[in-house]
Amino acid sequence: MTGTLEHIIEVRDMVKKFGSFVANDRLTFHVEKGEIFGFLGANGAGKTTAMRILCGLSYPSSGEIMVAGHNVYHEREKIKRKIGYMSQKFSLYDDLTVSENIRLYAGIYGLGRKEINTREAQLLERLGLTHIKNRLIREIPLGWKQKLAFSVAIFHKPAIVFLDEPTGGVDPITRRQFWEMIHDATLEGITVFVTTHYMDEAEYCDRVSIMVEGRIEALDTPAGLKQSYESRNMNEVFLKLART
Amino acid sequence: MRILLTLLVKEFKQIFRNKVMIPIIFVVPVVQMILLTYAASLEMKGIKMVVVDQDLSQASRLLVSGFSASPFFEIVHSTTSYPEAESRLTGDRADVILHIEHQFEKRLYAEQETDLQLVVNAINTTEAGLINAYCTQIVGEFNTQIRSEWFSLDASLRMSSLDLKPSFWYNPLLDYKIYMFSGILVILVTLIGMLLTALNLVREKEMGTTEQINVTPIRKYQFIMAKLIPFWVIALFELAFGLLVGRLLYDLPMVGSLGLLFLFACVYIVVVLGIGLFLSTISNTQQQLMFVAFFFMITFILMSGVFTPTDSMPQWAQKINLLNPAAYFMRVIRMILLKGSEFRDISREFFSLLVYAVLILILAVTNYRKTT
Repeated sequence: MTGTLEHIIEVRDMVKKFGSFVANDRLTFHVEKGEIFGFLGANGAGKTTAMRILCGLSYPSSGEIMVAGHNVYHEREKIKRKIGYMSQKFSLYDDLTVSENIRLYAGIYGLGRKEINTREAQLLERLGLTHIKNRLIREIPLGWKQKLAFSVAIFHKPAIVFLDEPTGGVDPITRRQFWEMIHDATLEGITVFVTTHYMDEAEYCDRVSIMVEGRIEALDTPAGLKQSYESRNMNEVFLKLART
Repeated sequence: MRILLTLLVKEFKQIFRNKVMIPIIFVVPVVQMILLTYAASLEMKGIKMVVVDQDLSQASRLLVSGFSASPFFEIVHSTTSYPEAESRLTGDRADVILHIEHQFEKRLYAEQETDLQLVVNAINTTEAGLINAYCTQIVGEFNTQIRSEWFSLDASLRMSSLDLKPSFWYNPLLDYKIYMFSGILVILVTLIGMLLTALNLVREKEMGTTEQINVTPIRKYQFIMAKLIPFWVIALFELAFGLLVGRLLYDLPMVGSLGLLFLFACVYIVVVLGIGLFLSTISNTQQQLMFVAFFFMITFILMSGVFTPTDSMPQWAQKINLLNPAAYFMRVIRMILLKGSEFRDISREFFSLLVYAVLILILAVTNYRKTT
């Protein structure tokens, strides 16, 4: 997955300061089209801050940043058309039903009624949620909500989907199913940018970057990282990096 | 347009799915309109009076009977000791003391004038003023009566006395309920509109769903309009509902055109909701918002002229009132309902609010941040 592929995200010397605190210290990396890019780091390492900048939710202090061919300084609204986003905080409306949530986000991206109808039916079928499509979100279990939130984030077929700790608080089986869904999304040509602090999940990524105190300390394929840090698994890699 | 429609469907569904919403829309206004209209009365009944009659003459009895016959006064105690009466006043068991001194009748007859003492509890100045006015009126009537009985021979004196017969335009019976009701209707529409709109947006901020909205290509004006329109409809409905209640309960007069009133209300509500939305763009939690909104709302309402005429406020306060939308509507609703004013009479208020509406919406939209 490396080499000559198109760079869908290109970041050079990105800095984000909050007062004197440097949350992102000259980050430089790129994400290739169609890959699963894991953005790892301990709590407070600056993952969410960087992701919010890439999504156009936050202004960078400096640096050159291109997302889906657009500049984050001047073309945020164009970027927003091409991305999906699933936040750490819960992103579906509690007081709307499963179906209403799907139709709301589909409507926001300007999908037509017919298209929404067929794709909603397909989606509910695939998730096995057809029987509860008229239930309120607040009444369904967390695992289902997370899967639904992800499906809603990619309903409009974005070029990139940003997932901010999507599997927090979810049981291992659901996590596994969730990663299958992420993998399926890449088959449809969607690039996945995901933050997590579950190191086993890092193994599913094509490439992984590890942030420590606002800087990217390592960036490679999981196999490459394990080799260079002489570790058996990603957990060891992470511990070695975080301690130094 | 389709995006706005999608958002509006969402807002309406959420509003009516909220279980406290229906009571807020229907019950709160009715309670407020009934309770406040009576409670905020400026008319006084049953003023507690202590009579200190040290004369015990025919004239003093005639004077006292004038008070006991009045619906405004209730004579709670009669005594000949002034200190005793005073202890009742200080003990808050009386509002006013009527002190008739010894030789009241004799002096009145012999010297054609005498003293009469009135001691009023003036903790509430409005109340004290009213008590004074009522007393003056009764004493005046007593005066005329005495003159005509005792000095009836002198017909010319009677002829020359001035007889003032006021005619009260626009509210001939001085029914305070009609005056208060129209004011309370303004407060109601303002309160419901501003608070509900502002709370709605801040609630989304708190839940974190605005972040999800901010990452979509929704335009800021679409989002703000979607927050504004539902509550605009609700506030207009509230006004219609309130007018209906007023008609049924208080026989509220509607001299002017209701169409004109609603035209004005359409603009007024945009201003109020715009202020609410602006406040919600500067607040992050519902608690913060409540504090800020209450400050504005109480200022708006107390300065709007609901209780006291704005014209009698000091010049600087009247200047501040130019920024108070409630003052405009308070004036206009009474002008239209009670007086039957037409568009040309209220055009200045109308166009002022129109400019206000445009400015506050621009402010709310520009101040809403999709990127921080």
